Amino acid sequence: MSSGASVNALQRLVEQLKLEAGVERIKVSQAAAELQQYCMQNACKDALLVGVPAGSNPFREPRSCALF
Amino acid sequence: MFQTTSSETSFQEISTAQLLFNVCRNLHQVAERVEALGQFVMKTRRTLKGHGNKVLCMDWCKDKRRIVSSSQDGKVIVWDSFTTNKEHAVTMPCTWVMACAYAPSGCAIACGGLDNKCSVYPLTFDKNENMAAKKKSVAMHTNYLSACSFTNSDMQILTASGDGTCALWDVESGQLLQSFHGHGADVLCLDLAPSETGNTFVSGGCDKKAMVWDMRSGQCVQAFETHESDINSVRYYPSGDAFASGSDDATCRLYDLRADREVAIYSKESIIFGASSVDFSLSGRLLFAGYNDYTINVWDVLKGSRVSILFGHENRVSTLRVSPDGTAFCSGSWDHTLRVWA
Repeated sequence: MSSGASVNALQRLVEQLKLEAGVERIKVSQAAAELQQYCMQNACKDALLVGVPAGSNPFREPRSCALF
Repeated sequence: MFQTTSSETSFQEISTAQLLFNVCRNLHQVAERVEALGQFVMKTRRTLKGHGNKVLCMDWCKDKRRIVSSSQDGKVIVWDSFTTNKEHAVTMPCTWVMACAYAPSGCAIACGGLDNKCSVYPLTFDKNENMAAKKKSVAMHTNYLSACSFTNSDMQILTASGDGTCALWDVESGQLLQSFHGHGADVLCLDLAPSETGNTFVSGGCDKKAMVWDMRSGQCVQAFETHESDINSVRYYPSGDAFASGSDDATCRLYDLRADREVAIYSKESIIFGASSVDFSLSGRLLFAGYNDYTINVWDVLKGSRVSILFGHENRVSTLRVSPDGTAFCSGSWDHTLRVWA
């Protein structure tokens, strides 16, 4: 009984591994180049990377202090 | 290493060696010629105080201003991060509310933890209405809820659980739409692919595996097992072609989905505590990672170097998210506070 159950589990595992092995892959050099390209293309919009003009980042604005 | 036999054979051996030398093993090699980043000035701009115990999770509202956070003491709070005012608060019937999420519309929040459920609370500004009265139980797991996220609409929620599964639920009916089996242990985190890239999500677990799932079929389409300990956090790269992970093995890693392998590792000998949560800046150039040694490390994703280390929290950083427009990021900690950095 228990060996039957583990055979089933192993068969499912083999099927899953076959599925994963069948995935189409590209080369790391190409994948890395495209990741880099995405970074470069969007760098100017990235406020945490390049900063934004003073006053346009709501968190950097000084908050007014009201004293009663 | 090379035996000198006939001159022809040695030439072949040397050429092969040269070829191998040029094989690209990771992102950092490809990005060698990229200009290094300068100094960063990132400071705490807001401190959100009000939780009575460890902050476990937080999420931004799409309005880039409101934040929902959940805590070990059972409280879930919605904040206006500009003013630091608390707009809503609800006490859950359980402690350790490990997961919370803001609905895309901004009109509801979801949360859960040791109650093994994910519940949705509509947000109302009517002071006479008790938020807890309108609570809707959506997800039921057989162990703790570790993560939850709305999909593209308020209508569906994706959950991850200590029972080793993830699940997709219909909010209105509470019906289970799809379940995702494959992790060999607790699932600790999940992230949905950016909407342009289709119906997949990635999950990470105590089995050291990160798994990518097809939401429609329930099938695992890719799995990655290079971490040496629990994966606490996973987050997609903004283009959707890769994702980062943070682990108890003190490293963060980047996996490319089309190359189907790990392409970068972010680690230092001096960093020995686990990374609890990770997120990318808008362009994907920076990776912010919160650690159990109370710090936040900022990594240059392309070059693999650390560009900044942020101090401020007085206990473990447990959760970290960049705001929807990338102008700031928020961290939550076991020191009971949340900090907004910019």
